[in-house]
Amino acid sequence: MHVRLLRVSVLVPLLLGVFFALLVSTSGGAQASPAGTSVAPAAVEEPECVKPKERDDDTIHVQGCLRDKRGGGDKPVPGVTITVEDDQGKVVGTGETDETGLFDIPLPGSTIDVLGKTFTIKIDTKTLPEGTALQDPKQVSLKQKINLETDVFVTFPIDDKPEVESDLERALDLAVGGIVFSLCLAMAALGLSMIFGTTGLTNFAHGELITFGAIVAFWVDQWPGDITIGGLNITFVVAMVIGFVASGAFGWLNDKALWAPLRRRGTGLIAMMIVSIGLSIFLRNVYQYAAGANNRNYSQYGNAAPINWGWFTFTSRDVFVVVISVAVLGATVLALSRTRMGKATRAVADNPALSASSGIDVERVINVVWIGGAALAGLSGILLGLTQGFNYQLGFKVLLLVFAAVTLGGLGTIWGSIIGAFVIGIFIEVSTLFIPAELKYVGALVILILVLLVRPQGILGRRERIG
Amino acid sequence: MPAETNLPTNVEAATPEGLERSRAARAALKQVETEPGAKKPDPIVIADNITRTFGGLTAVDVEHVEIQRGVITALIGPNGAGKTTFFNLLTGFDRPDTGSWSFNGTSLNKVPAYKVARMGMVRTFQLTKVLAKLTVLENMRVGATRQRGESFFSAMFAPLWRAEEEANTEKANHLLERFLLIKKREDFAGELSGGQRKLLEMARALMADPELVMLDEPMAGVNPALKQSLLGHVKSLRDEGRTVLFVEHDMDMVRDISDWVIVMAQGKVIAEGPPDSVMGDQRVIDAYLGAHHDTALTFEEEERILAEAEKELEEEAESND
Amino acid sequence: MDFVSLFGDSIQQAIGPTAIVYALAAIGLNIQFGYTGLLNFGQAAFMAVGGYTMAAFVSTWGLSFWLGIVAGLGLTAVLALLLGIPTLRLRADYLAIVTIAAAEIVRQVVGSVSLKDWFGGQDGLQEFSDTFRSYNPFSDRIEVGTLVAWSANDAWVMLVGWTLVLLCCLMTWLLVRSPWGRVLKSIREDEDAVRSLGKNVYSYKMQSLMLGGMFGALAGFCVALRSAAINPSMFATDVTFFAYTVLLIGGAARVLGPVVGSIIFWFLITFLDLFFSQATNPSSGPLIPPSIMTETQASLMRFIFLGLALMLLMIFRPQGIFGDRKELAIDAR
Ligand SMILES: Nc1ncnc2c1ncn2[C@@H]1O[C@H](COP(=O)(O)OP(=O)(O)OP(=O)(O)O)[C@@H](O)[C@H]1O
Ligand SMILES: [Mg+2]
Repeated sequence: MHVRLLRVSVLVPLLLGVFFALLVSTSGGAQASPAGTSVAPAAVEEPECVKPKERDDDTIHVQGCLRDKRGGGDKPVPGVTITVEDDQGKVVGTGETDETGLFDIPLPGSTIDVLGKTFTIKIDTKTLPEGTALQDPKQVSLKQKINLETDVFVTFPIDDKPEVESDLERALDLAVGGIVFSLCLAMAALGLSMIFGTTGLTNFAHGELITFGAIVAFWVDQWPGDITIGGLNITFVVAMVIGFVASGAFGWLNDKALWAPLRRRGTGLIAMMIVSIGLSIFLRNVYQYAAGANNRNYSQYGNAAPINWGWFTFTSRDVFVVVISVAVLGATVLALSRTRMGKATRAVADNPALSASSGIDVERVINVVWIGGAALAGLSGILLGLTQGFNYQLGFKVLLLVFAAVTLGGLGTIWGSIIGAFVIGIFIEVSTLFIPAELKYVGALVILILVLLVRPQGILGRRERIG
Repeated sequence: MPAETNLPTNVEAATPEGLERSRAARAALKQVETEPGAKKPDPIVIADNITRTFGGLTAVDVEHVEIQRGVITALIGPNGAGKTTFFNLLTGFDRPDTGSWSFNGTSLNKVPAYKVARMGMVRTFQLTKVLAKLTVLENMRVGATRQRGESFFSAMFAPLWRAEEEANTEKANHLLERFLLIKKREDFAGELSGGQRKLLEMARALMADPELVMLDEPMAGVNPALKQSLLGHVKSLRDEGRTVLFVEHDMDMVRDISDWVIVMAQGKVIAEGPPDSVMGDQRVIDAYLGAHHDTALTFEEEERILAEAEKELEEEAESND
Repeated sequence: MDFVSLFGDSIQQAIGPTAIVYALAAIGLNIQFGYTGLLNFGQAAFMAVGGYTMAAFVSTWGLSFWLGIVAGLGLTAVLALLLGIPTLRLRADYLAIVTIAAAEIVRQVVGSVSLKDWFGGQDGLQEFSDTFRSYNPFSDRIEVGTLVAWSANDAWVMLVGWTLVLLCCLMTWLLVRSPWGRVLKSIREDEDAVRSLGKNVYSYKMQSLMLGGMFGALAGFCVALRSAAINPSMFATDVTFFAYTVLLIGGAARVLGPVVGSIIFWFLITFLDLFFSQATNPSSGPLIPPSIMTETQASLMRFIFLGLALMLLMIFRPQGIFGDRKELAIDAR
């Protein structure tokens, strides 16, 4: 019977992959040329910005290159005025970028005079060419302390002129991002919750299941050559499916090699929790050993062009993530509520002893749950990696949010984990309207603590039994 | 440390005044009507309109019940009647949806479990809760309430609590002797047998000098020989002037030692009275015979159980909205 | 391979300032987890609040060092209250998740740009150690034999640190043999039973959380003072996990467990680290060819072993290396 559940969960994304492929091909050239390919666009060679040679006089210069790198290009931005002020606000030097985008402003006095002082480098945004602006419009000046006896090199990233967005538009944009993130989170949370529900294990190594998917998919993605069907590049879709299946197999291995033997020995839950911490540290470092610490991106959907749809703006990548995760989540929930295996799973979660005595093979149910839970986690990692890039710490970084989602929803409840994921995911994005973006995770975790204050068993959890 | 109540701290034997009081209390019971919710002449616990539901299931729905002071009251009923839940509610381990109840005239609404215990109303658990990695003696010592050495600041200065500790040890030894556990004194409680754990839990409850002892199935798993001596102990509790309320499925025991029996079925009190009259009561017989019996499940029934579990889950989800 | 210096350096670490920091953190965990059964996975938060309060008092607000110490201890107690109130009535795993979340909250808040003026962002704070160092009786390097040597500052941190460790152990010992400690152990075994015996379980758990947190604050002071600097990376989630490993090596619910554990832990970690870095060092003709292990990969080996060790320890010797299985405090079987 579990074969059926598996078949459902493997087939659905496959079918969806094909469906989505059609979607992309019909939507015409909406998608930009695949990013990540090392071939530069065949444009006119732009003059390079050459850093001036070191001088042997005893002065220090402030230098920099203004280059317009939008859309993968690298064009110089000439004629922009840059000024340097000392710590009293007195202008001590000005310069203008040349045809390669270079500016070079000597500081007054010798090295000894300026060493240890702080200067402010300002860009005159009015002199920027039409249509360009600073990537961060607020950052018109940089503070720079002179610590070493060498020239300092600074830069101001150039971007599109920012359109003035209304708060509502911003909120909607953020909500789109929030939903995409929530869906990824929900898959990981559902996986964690299923495993917790049936085994009672709070698995700190769940993050490493998430990373596993991303790494396997990346490995497949890097195979030389593209995989195409009728001219359509489906490299990533293939990588995703392989990553998904491999994650399921990894879950099976986790259970068979470690957790099932521990359950047989009657190891306590807290002890198992600590074992999972050890496993997490172990796997995370093995990943780094094998894959390095660099940030990775997949070969496709790197910079998908935005699509405007009514008030919403999203990219084909967002659509891809949403379609896949909604389908997989839907399939899982359906499987849990309709199939025999799903019902057995819920019965085991409800009361393992009773289920065992009524003829359910509890160990087999748990094993299938591990396969499914790890596959969900892996897929979540693949899609998270697609939306924001990843490294060996991907899962470890989101683990806390996954825990927060599951706890918020009520430990071990299926719907709860999905709802919790949405609360956390959307909050994280939308809250940046009110709080600094760097504190958005803090906000989500504070929400978790507040909810527990009001509703200790989580949103859908139930209280424990005594006596 | 002076005990809170005016009861004798020496639990060794019945005291004359205790005996006298319990005899009077039993005599007074004779006049009580054998009706559910009957008024008692000297109630120690009074409960009104207590309800507790789990999801769609009403586990407890008690309109009115009184427990007579100084006697042994048995609470019986088929499995799932709500006895344990009622215990939990009375002792503050669970909160009822509605209702009010009092102990010695003090309302216990929203009083936390540990305060209930300190007031002199101590319970044991159906599934024994011994402190496995502590020795039997340590288990007993924890039972004593209001110890000076249990506050953080005096804990670090042994002279402040040494004398009290010795007194408690003395008392523990007496009780262990009485409950035939003295040889196990230094063993870890986790190494005791099931029946011995029951005994230890009961002895530990007595360390607190409770006025009302509430025992949830004290005889489950205790061997017949020991049962007899335990029955003696329970009776001696009464003869010291304590009140006993216990849940039990063993009808012989109920008939043997209880002065009054309260019968619960499906959360309600359906009958009350002296043991003999209650056991002949038609309502009680119906309740027991009509009750669903646990039988071994066949393979074909698996589907049905899954369906039931599913329904339950759905109900729960609904009720949680 | 230079085994003499390998052993020398490992011993130096095993009794050096880092070992003290982890011993103190683990003593706190021992109270909370070993004796009370509370899963505090946010010991790093308590360390950070202690360390940062002290540092900010001196270097940001120019107040007295001693006031900073007192405030640091006070604020960790407040943190324990804040975390305990929502979670101590709930099942053990809720506390675990909330404390690990709290550790992340604290770390991100002190590292944030918004509060850079107070806590110095990712760079952290410096220049708060003058008072502490002004009491330093050592003026020279301390050398023991030819193998082990400490700077005067480290020696001073070690003198104070090990004294603190001993005092904390003494306090733990006094407490756990008292009726108070007995209630903690009982709560670890079965809190409903303890409640039925008239003890305010919630209050005891809170006391345990606060006390353990304050030991954590001492660890936070040490970590900041030994390097005369404090920054968010000192309080990563792994710090708490390492402290748990330390505790479990020495044996939970044993008074000296954290001390023994910390010494062994840091000896092994340093040994592994130096061993693999020497084995892959290209200048000395590597034992292990770079195609199998590069120098960067070599630095990961100790963590790979650590993860494995934590798993194996928990599975095969949950009572710690020297513990007695019968007294095993954790439900591991
Ligand atoms: N925490 C809980 N959650 C859901 N249902 C519960 C809970 N506690 C008790 N129940 C239900 O309430 C009913 C009464 O249970 P209770 O344990 O009080 O019965 P009991 O009379 O003590 O039975 P027994 O004689 O078998 O011990 C049962 O149907 C039980 O399933
Ligand atoms: Mg019961």
